Amino acid sequence: MVTRLDPKLFDATTDITWCAGCGDFAILKALKLALADLGIEPYQALVVSGIGCGSKLPDYMNVNAYLTNHGRPLPIATAAKLANPDLHVIVTNGDGDSYGIGGNHFVQSCRRNPNLTHIVENNQIYGLTKGQYSPTSDKGFVTTTSPDGAIELAFNPLSVALGAGATFISRAFAGEPKHMAGLIAQGIQHQGYALIDVLQPCVTFNRTNTYDWYRKRVYHLEDEDYDPSDRKAAWEKAHEWEERIPLGVLYRVEGATAYEDQVKALEGGSPVSRLDDLVKDPRPQQYERLKERFT
Amino acid sequence: MASVVTNDMSIVIGGDAGQGVESSGAGFCLSFARAGLHVFGMQDYHSRIRGGHNFYQIRLSEKPRLSHSNPVHLLIALTPETVRLHLDQLAEGAAVVLPERFEIDPAPLEKRGVRVDTLPLIRMAEEHGNRVMANTAALGAAAGITEFPLQFMESVIRDNFAAKGQQTVDTNLKVAEAAYGLARDRYGAEFRYKLRPVDGAPRRMLMNGNQALAMGALAGGCRFVSAYPMTPATSIFEWLSGLPREYGVVTKHAEDEIAAADMAIGASFAGARGMTATSGGGFCLMVEALGLAAMTEVPMVIVLAQRGGPSNGLPTRTEQSDLLFAINASHGESPRIVTAPGTVEECFEAGWRAFNLAEKYQCPVVVMTDSFLASTLRTLDMDAIDFSSVSIDRGSTLTPQELGGLTNGYKRFEFTETGVSPRALPGQHPAAVYSAVSDEHDEEGHFLEEIEGRRRMMQKRMRKLREAEREMRPPKRYGPPEAETTLVCWGSSFGPCKEAADEINDAGGSANVLQFGDLWPLPEEVTAAALSECRRTVTVEQNYTSQLAKLLRMTTGIKVDGTLNKYDGRPFAPEEIVAGLGKEVVSGYAA
Repeated sequence: MVTRLDPKLFDATTDITWCAGCGDFAILKALKLALADLGIEPYQALVVSGIGCGSKLPDYMNVNAYLTNHGRPLPIATAAKLANPDLHVIVTNGDGDSYGIGGNHFVQSCRRNPNLTHIVENNQIYGLTKGQYSPTSDKGFVTTTSPDGAIELAFNPLSVALGAGATFISRAFAGEPKHMAGLIAQGIQHQGYALIDVLQPCVTFNRTNTYDWYRKRVYHLEDEDYDPSDRKAAWEKAHEWEERIPLGVLYRVEGATAYEDQVKALEGGSPVSRLDDLVKDPRPQQYERLKERFT
Repeated sequence: MASVVTNDMSIVIGGDAGQGVESSGAGFCLSFARAGLHVFGMQDYHSRIRGGHNFYQIRLSEKPRLSHSNPVHLLIALTPETVRLHLDQLAEGAAVVLPERFEIDPAPLEKRGVRVDTLPLIRMAEEHGNRVMANTAALGAAAGITEFPLQFMESVIRDNFAAKGQQTVDTNLKVAEAAYGLARDRYGAEFRYKLRPVDGAPRRMLMNGNQALAMGALAGGCRFVSAYPMTPATSIFEWLSGLPREYGVVTKHAEDEIAAADMAIGASFAGARGMTATSGGGFCLMVEALGLAAMTEVPMVIVLAQRGGPSNGLPTRTEQSDLLFAINASHGESPRIVTAPGTVEECFEAGWRAFNLAEKYQCPVVVMTDSFLASTLRTLDMDAIDFSSVSIDRGSTLTPQELGGLTNGYKRFEFTETGVSPRALPGQHPAAVYSAVSDEHDEEGHFLEEIEGRRRMMQKRMRKLREAEREMRPPKRYGPPEAETTLVCWGSSFGPCKEAADEINDAGGSANVLQFGDLWPLPEEVTAAALSECRRTVTVEQNYTSQLAKLLRMTTGIKVDGTLNKYDGRPFAPEEIVAGLGKEVVSGYAA
């Protein structure tokens, strides 16, 4: 039986530098709610991020936070989980960080299935550098670096994740933090890599994909007769965009096995716990027989 | 025949890639090691799976040797090209063992006084086994003409082929025996270089630098290794990945070197001892990770096994051209430690010591080796790898008990006199929940851009470098204290320098060696003192720009008297150093 915690436990005293109305506030709220609902205490969680407006999120809550390099939170989080599987490891970063500079790590994480919850603050723009088009900007999107409109097709994180073998793929909307909290909680409970792509309006630099723009289009998959274990259906839903945009769990593999649960060397203890033991007893005798290999 | 020389010779086995030169060479080395000889076995190969000339050069002695040496006394040629390529290395009285059917011009060999011993190696291989066993026949023949008892080769054949089944073992044994007998009977009496088991020699190991370094890391508590394959570092990762699971070493083959370095950081952040191993090209990709580890004060260990650069350079060949890069790589200024073991034994110590330094100063540690040290096999006494000498010092890492006793709250980046702040590991105690931010930050780890805070945090981080400098070791001196010439070196060049100094001193000259193992932070005072005591200093480096000489001048203001440089991807042989000293040596850039 899980004891729910007060989400205020996760409140921090740090000054938040996001613009008023930024979608990141909703993500911060939803993450606190999800952790509190699952009874995870601040010290038991590690939130890893990269660089960008959204990547400041972990420092705005009371939790173990590691704000790393641009595009790199996934490998860092993957290894932290491997080193200490008892930690609840969550990644929060933006669309540029996840799908642009960190794109390869994203694809590898989908097929690797580490037990991480990956919340992408997807605002389709580079906000912290003041408004350049991002991998998820729609074709034709005009910014300072795409004055004639973006020529590339928008990166579709959901279909890429599906193609790369992700076992939990979902989408949330910053206008619905409670719904988002539910998805984050499901992601944390999922055994493996869980993607929560969050439609998160940038109120300063993206005047196209606004709260209103999304509110007119979003709907909930759970309200429809939709089976998230159906991979073909998920593929179709992943491509809905212009008219209707689905929220909720697009795809989930029940009974998935996380990467670290298949690592044989972890069976007798983690790298962190083994090091604790070695400090007390460095066990020189255990290594002696290795020398025989060289004789 | 001239007088017999016993247990002091060099052998080369040469052939095409894919002919098994490396496995034959390593197996041959092991048979000599089992007979109590000291072995130095160097491989030389091309960056391709098939084709191209490969060779294994084995120096055998009753004394420990730290480098290969020329001339060569016995050449086992698996291709006709081998004879042409190694002709200039051959000593007078040397022999070339050749299979039948090779057409070579004997005149240049005869002119050098080199014998050509053609033997029906292929026919014997086919008769007793199959054609691919011509290697075994060649090694058997080499053992035969040196009259090295066959039992040592037989024991290696039994061990190395055991996995392929008894029949493979038996046929190889038959091939070796047949070739041995024929070669000994036909040519043994006329060949003056002989190999004999050394009576009373202790059991020894045959090991390369990568293996010793991997064992050192293991003993030092490293239980997480992430890497991307890159010659010549790969075998560190492979060796640790292949350990029985009860050792609990988690290894992760990453998608690239950026991820590999970041994974080492992630594991270390969580509280493990994380390591990655790479070569120059991979190290280039790890540069941003070095900055992250330094800024967020996460210990990490990077093994940088250098090879010829730049770009893809000389993938399988040796160079020492990343020294100044390793010291400076990353934007901004931050503390880090760079060490460079010079021998296989030192690789073992460097492997575990790096983690103590990394955790003590909470910064990256780069351990530099190179292709020559990483992959050359050497015999070591069993106690040269001493696990009981290993200590695990986690510096000011806080235990959960210590965290429980905190009364004033916890500041991860607390200002201290040494610059080192007490380090809590995430997930271990409710009292220590903190932010680590790659932007500039305050004592609690939160974003900061204010002037005085930045100045103080920068000073705090850099104080660690000053503290670490106190622990850095002075250069080691080998040889007589007041020598006429001092060979100044770092890393693997120590081996050839030591052998060169011995050669000079044995011939009535006067030389010693100053070997730098701790390179950054370079201990300024002791370095200046050591250099000031020398009469004439010559740096010996496998690079073009004399990077150690520059580092010494930058740190101490002392300019060395000369520089010897080699950047052709092949390691210095002691003879080259001796010859190089006789010439005009210029300081600064090599000519």
